[in-house]
Parts: sequence; C-alpha cells; structure tokens
Amino acid sequence: MSTALVTDLTIFVLALLVGIEVIGKVPATLHTPLMSAANSIHGIVLVGALLIGLTAHNVVGYILAFVAAFFAAANVVGGYVVTGRMLKMFRRKPQVAAPAQPQLNGQAQDRPQEVQR
Amino acid sequence: MNTFTTNIQLVYILAAACFVIGLHLMNSPATARRGNQVSTAGMIIAVVVTLILLIHDGTVTAAGWTVLIVGALLGSVVGLYSARTVQMTAMPQLVSMFNAVGGGAAALVAVYGYIHDESAPGGVLGTTSVFTVLDVIIGSVTFTGSLIAAGKLQGVITGSPVMIKGGRAINLALAVVALGSAAFMLTTASLPALLLVVLASLAFGVLMVLPIGGADMPVVISLLNAFTGTAVAMAGFVIQNWALIIAGALVGASGGILTKLMADAMNRSLANIIMGGFGTGDSLVPTAVTGDVQIRSIAADDAAIQLAYASKVIIVPGYGLAAAQAQHGVAELAAVLESRGIEVSYAIHPVAGRMPGHMNVLLAEANVPYPQLKEMDEINPEFARADVALVIGANDVTNPAARRPGTAISGMPILDVDQAKSIIVVKRSMGHGYAGIDNELYTNPKTSMYFADAKRAVAEMTAAVKTLVG
Repeated sequence: MSTALVTDLTIFVLALLVGIEVIGKVPATLHTPLMSAANSIHGIVLVGALLIGLTAHNVVGYILAFVAAFFAAANVVGGYVVTGRMLKMFRRKPQVAAPAQPQLNGQAQDRPQEVQR
Repeated sequence: MNTFTTNIQLVYILAAACFVIGLHLMNSPATARRGNQVSTAGMIIAVVVTLILLIHDGTVTAAGWTVLIVGALLGSVVGLYSARTVQMTAMPQLVSMFNAVGGGAAALVAVYGYIHDESAPGGVLGTTSVFTVLDVIIGSVTFTGSLIAAGKLQGVITGSPVMIKGGRAINLALAVVALGSAAFMLTTASLPALLLVVLASLAFGVLMVLPIGGADMPVVISLLNAFTGTAVAMAGFVIQNWALIIAGALVGASGGILTKLMADAMNRSLANIIMGGFGTGDSLVPTAVTGDVQIRSIAADDAAIQLAYASKVIIVPGYGLAAAQAQHGVAELAAVLESRGIEVSYAIHPVAGRMPGHMNVLLAEANVPYPQLKEMDEINPEFARADVALVIGANDVTNPAARRPGTAISGMPILDVDQAKSIIVVKRSMGHGYAGIDNELYTNPKTSMYFADAKRAVAEMTAAVKTLVG
C-alpha cells in the first residue's frame, strides 16, 4: 500500500466519523433539508468532472466530460438552491400578514373572548 | 508536490472544512440557512480553484473547454429550473434525481480514468484500483436505482412493488457478473470488462428498486443518498482528491444515519425492505379487532365543538394530508384555534411523508412555525394532557396494536394518540394502512371518525369553528 493511499484512507475514515458525529445532532425537523444539503455537497463531483478536461483529447473523453459536467452541475446548483428555498420556510413565528397592527389587535380581541367562555 | 499543487490541495481542504461547518450549522433551524451558505461558499471555492488549476495546467484543449463550459452551464440551468419550480410534495423525487446525476457523474469520472489510462503508453494495470471498480459499480447502481425511485415517487412507474419472477436470482447473477468482471479488470486491462461492469450494475440498480413499495421510499432514498456519497468518495480515491473523499464520506455518513433512522421507525430491517413485500413469510396472529365493535362517525359541527372548547389540541398529520394537499388548510384551522388561545402542536412521526423529515417541510411551507412541530419522543408524553388529538391522513403510526406482540407492526414506534382525552380521525374510508391491518384506534370509545377527504374535512371544520365562535 502506498503512502498516498494510506493518507487517503485515513482522511476517508476520519471524515466518515466526523460526518456521523455532526449529522447525528441534526433534529428530525431538518432531515429533508439535511438530505438536500448532503445532496448538494456530493455535487463536489463537479470538480472531478472538470478535471477530466485536463487529459481529454478525443471524442470519447469529450463526451464523458460533457455528460459528467452536465450531471454534476445540475446536482450542485439545484441542490443548493432547493436547500436554501426549503430552509427559508422554517420560521420561529408565523409570518405576519402585511398590515401587522390589525392582526395583533385581532388577537387581543380574541383573548378576552376565550376567558369569558 | 510543488508549491502550486500544495496550495491547491490546501484550498480543497478549506472547502471540505466549509462542508463540515455547514452541516454542523444544520443542527438548529435558526442557523441552518447560514449552514447552507457556508457550504455553498465551500463549493464555490472548490470549483474556482479547480478552474485555476485547469488554466494553470494549460493542457485543456479548446474543445475540452467548450464541452466543460457548455455542459456545466446546461446542467446549471436544468438544476436551477427544477430547484425553483419543484413543489414541496415532490421534494423526494428531486432529491432522488440529484442522487441519480451525482452517482452517474461519479461513475463517469472513474470510467474516464480507466479508458484514459488504458490508451496511455504505460497501460492501465498499475492504476486500476479497487476504488475505480467500486466507483463504477456503486455509481451505476445509484444512477438507475435513483431514476426508478424518482419514477415511482412521481407515479410514472407504479408505486406498488413490482415482483419479477426469479428477480432475486437475476439480481444475484448480475451481482456475480459485475463483481466477476470487476475482479478481472484488476488483473487484466479490458474495456469489454468495464462495459460489462457498467451494464450489469445499471441493470442491478433497476431490479433492486423495482420490487420496493412506495411507502418504503424514505428508506430507499436515504440508502441511495448514502450510495451516492460513497461513489463520490471512491471517485476522490481515483483522482486523488481530498475534497471529494471528505465530501463523499460526509454524505455517506448522512445517508447511512438517515437510512437507519427510517428503517427503525418502520420497525423493519434494511434487508427486509430491500427484499421487498410487507410481512411476507411471517405467520401473523389476527388482531383483536372483530366485526362487532362500534365505529362512531362525526360531522363537522360536532368536531368543531370539540376543537373550539379544547385547551390543548395535537394534530397528527400523515402522508394522506400531503397527498390531499391539505397542509395549508390545516395551518389555517390551527391559526383559528390558536387565536382562541388554544395550544396547538403537531406530532410528527419519523416516517410521515415520503422522505425523512418531509412532513416538517410541507408544514413549514404552510407557514407553521417550527417550534410547534414536535418529534415523536417529545410529543408522546403530552398526549395525556391533550383534549383533542386530530389525526389527519395517518394510520399505522397511530395503531396501538404495535405495543402488543404478534401483529404486522409489533414493535414499531407509534404516536400515543390513544392517550388523548378524545380523538378525531379524518379518513376517507375504513380502509387499511400500508401494513394491511385494522387500526384499533378507530374502535376506541374515545375516537370519532370523520369520513372525508382531508382537504375538504379540514375546510369544513375550519368553517364550522368560525361559525361556532363567531
């Protein structure tokens, strides 16, 4: 086994353990965004696709580079955008409709009613 | 390593660190958006430094630049368009598609590496590693498996398990062919062997997912996510790139954890799900429910009275709610109740939806504040204090039969809905859930059944509550 391979394996195993540790703490509420975020992270394969270009000098190489770049770019861009879109929806308080004041008044009026019943 | 390549490697490590920090920030909804931004920044850094490497190296031909740029731009447009337009109910399909293209790209990286080395003067043997063949196999299986999963979720392919005669034998044969050719590749340089590995793996992916039922999709998607991560890590070994290795390992860990969580929440082993078919081969003890028990049916007005004069209501949403697109209606009903000072929370079972955490996203989209969304362990002790538990489109995950041995769902973690003071179940009919057994909750004397489509029922109840309290 070469030194480079041992180094790569070490990095792989440690990253796996870090992943288990970090991801184990993500609450169930966020599991869909988590999976989507993980999805965008594996879009890093775009780097691998781009590196094909270094040595691709014939049609087969070009076709593989094209398809790989297409797939990986779709993965990375789509993944990050949809994750962001989802996370934007998670709010602590309900979004208050445009005129905030009447809404609050409405609630204040409802509360005494509830006490009356 | 010269200074330039060393610096490039350091930047890749920085990018990988961004991914870890980004995932770490996902541990709370309050910081999750920042996490996604940090992760995005890491990705931009990695791509930019790769472009710098390509320019610095100077060996990329004009045609090479064209295919890379056009391919990446087209891919970006497709990715952006689907991410912007996708319905939240269709998220599982989209995630599955991203798994497919990610796995596919990872497989292509290894395929290219092999073809390129094979034509090079030194030949291929010295560089063919077990990682190359693993990348090709896992990536190809993920590609077709994810496409089939997406097709099932989208309804293009039937969601019910497709049993092929001798499917298991064919799968075994394909696995033998793929692994055999792969082993051959390690000793002899051979393009036909590579082709055989790819084809057998692609076919294996199709046959692996086809027999799996639609309700098992949360597990399947998680598993394919783990596969994609592993394939990307293998691609990292092939091209000796640490960013790919680390990112792939992170995704593999994430997918693995979610797979285990989902399988546990369904009380099924991974092997059982992959083999397909629910409860097949088990001799089941018939459930205690028999024909002579009373089912109480309820109308909107009575349900409204129960809800309007409660002080604590727990809503139990299931996939039926999402299928009927009733999440916005439910949020409105909850808002009306809350405006009367009633405490409303949502009990979310881990497998409520078609992927892990799916129900939370659907409710978040309907403007439900996330602190109201309670996980199973957190909400179960609260049912005893709830005046009304409103079950909408959930079935097996509320069945008390799971607490007894000898039923199809025995041992499955359930929501303790039967502990509530009264229970309203919105359901279209007395039909069975996925497990195909009677739900004992429905015959509980505290339970009233509201037979209607989820969306209509919720709208009627909201209207009735409004009329009732003026």
